[in-house]
Amino acid sequence: MIVLKEVCKTYQVGDEIVKALDHASLTVHDGEFVSIIGPSGSGKSTLMNIIGCLDIADSGEYLLDDIPIEDYTENELAQVRSRKIGFVFQSFNLIPQLTAQENVELPLIYQRVRRGERRRRVAEAMERVQLTGRIHHLPSELSGGQQQRVAIARAIAAHPSLILADEPTGNLDSHTGQDIMDIFHELHDAGNTIVLITHDDSVACQAQRSIHILDGRVREVAP
Amino acid sequence: MIQSVRMAIKSISGNKMRAFLTMLGIIIGVMALVILVSLVSGATGNVTDTIARLGSDQITVRVSDNKGNPITISDLNKWMDEDAFGRMAPAATESFTAKYGTKTGSLTVYGTTAPYGDIQKLDLLVGRFLKTADEENVSFVCVINETAATELVGYADCLGEDIRLNGHRFQVVGVLKDDDTSLTSAFRSGSLVAYIPYSSLIRISSTATAEITSFYVSAGEASTVDDAKTRLTEILKERFDKDEDAFSISSQNALESALSSVTSILAVLLGGIAAISLIVGGIGIMNIMLVTVTERTREIGIRKAIGASRGMILTQFLVEAVVICMLGCALGILGSWGVLRLITTVVSGLDISFQMSGGVVLIAVLFCFFIGIVFGLYPANKAARMAPIDALHYGG
Repeated sequence: MIVLKEVCKTYQVGDEIVKALDHASLTVHDGEFVSIIGPSGSGKSTLMNIIGCLDIADSGEYLLDDIPIEDYTENELAQVRSRKIGFVFQSFNLIPQLTAQENVELPLIYQRVRRGERRRRVAEAMERVQLTGRIHHLPSELSGGQQQRVAIARAIAAHPSLILADEPTGNLDSHTGQDIMDIFHELHDAGNTIVLITHDDSVACQAQRSIHILDGRVREVAP
Repeated sequence: MIQSVRMAIKSISGNKMRAFLTMLGIIIGVMALVILVSLVSGATGNVTDTIARLGSDQITVRVSDNKGNPITISDLNKWMDEDAFGRMAPAATESFTAKYGTKTGSLTVYGTTAPYGDIQKLDLLVGRFLKTADEENVSFVCVINETAATELVGYADCLGEDIRLNGHRFQVVGVLKDDDTSLTSAFRSGSLVAYIPYSSLIRISSTATAEITSFYVSAGEASTVDDAKTRLTEILKERFDKDEDAFSISSQNALESALSSVTSILAVLLGGIAAISLIVGGIGIMNIMLVTVTERTREIGIRKAIGASRGMILTQFLVEAVVICMLGCALGILGSWGVLRLITTVVSGLDISFQMSGGVVLIAVLFCFFIGIVFGLYPANKAARMAPIDALHYGG
């Protein structure tokens, strides 16, 4: 469960101070599929960074599974990212030198999971995204849709409590994008909590619930 | 850890040419270190072997000021009973014109006693060396070297012939082999030499007296040259009013240790220069690692996003630097092994073997490891300290 209360974050760009998040509050319950929608520059990337524990809010409160995140050290945040959050990025962000299998294995290595268990979970995750036959391919040998599926496999292999997807269909054609969305639906049906960030209404409306963000202010809309 | 090494090898093999160029500094440094030190120690081994073969258990004593208390043969005989010493023999030298029939020649004559032959490890061709009885009886007998026998008498096997020294007749009782492996005889090669009893020399000489100014000592069976020297110093200091300048004690042992200290200084010096080139190689590694870290900023961001802690990123880049260093080290050692083999083959005529010593290889390996850590730490730390969001959005 995610609870954000009155979270603020400001950046300084040159002499100008930009309010990326302005007293943003939101709640995401376990097992929910929530989309966060907003135009570029609305602060949704900042929101995602804070939810994903990549960044820390200036003020306000953030509870992830009832744990307050604000006073965590960098290494504790790394722990939280490792165990609780699975990222899916717009540009896939696979490591080009590693094969699909090794990319999916990486978060498990950081969790110090044993080798046998790692292999089992990688195989399981690859099966979920229907890429069992391609585990030894390098990212450059895979299509965009396949790369994104590897990235999803990487996100779910660690069994996170939250899957955080940042414009996962942004770099894909609409057909492949829909394939990816289907995988998210399947994951949601299997009980995963998903937060999906997008600027695309057609993607956002597939979620149970949409949260709009504009100029750093959050507004919830009924589905 | 194994995982980090595997990752490091993977990312190194991703850019082989760059990795090789980076390693080149280390390779050259290691080769310089190993080859130079091995060459020096090979040459040193050869020289000290030669010196050791010349006999290094011999001690030479010279007395410059006897303080009115001269050393005599009976003193030597008394001291010889001590465990620290093997044998002692006085030696006085004088040049005489020797005559055999009508032939004459300049002869270097040593007045000494029976133990001299053992101390100097003289080899007899025929006959015998001087005996204690010769000394006691003031016998006019002599032992000459092969050169003297052939040049003066005309043939080597000349036992029983008489030669005249200063008009005194000396009977030849032994002929020594000319042998250039002994240091003393090497200095005297080609010269005519005769050994006569010390007492006989006093009799025929105008300068030699019963006061011994120079004598030779060998160390006892159960003691070392250094022990013997220590004991000898004690005795002589006591005898000469604690004046260390009254006498001098030297041994080839000292020559050997002087030589080995020179060569070890040389080895350290050359090793030091090679170590500097290793450090330069290390700087090259740091340079490339910094470039690598910048290039892989995005990768670092991804790794951090999916749960890598600072320590894990630090380990990854540190291991990578160390792996590059150790690979370079291995190639350098392999290369220097090849070069040393080549040198040994080329100079095979010199009979010197340039072995790669385990010690220097160990030093090279440890030093490379150390350099990998030292020069890898700064780039690795830079990578580890990157903020995940900045790294993730770097360059797109």
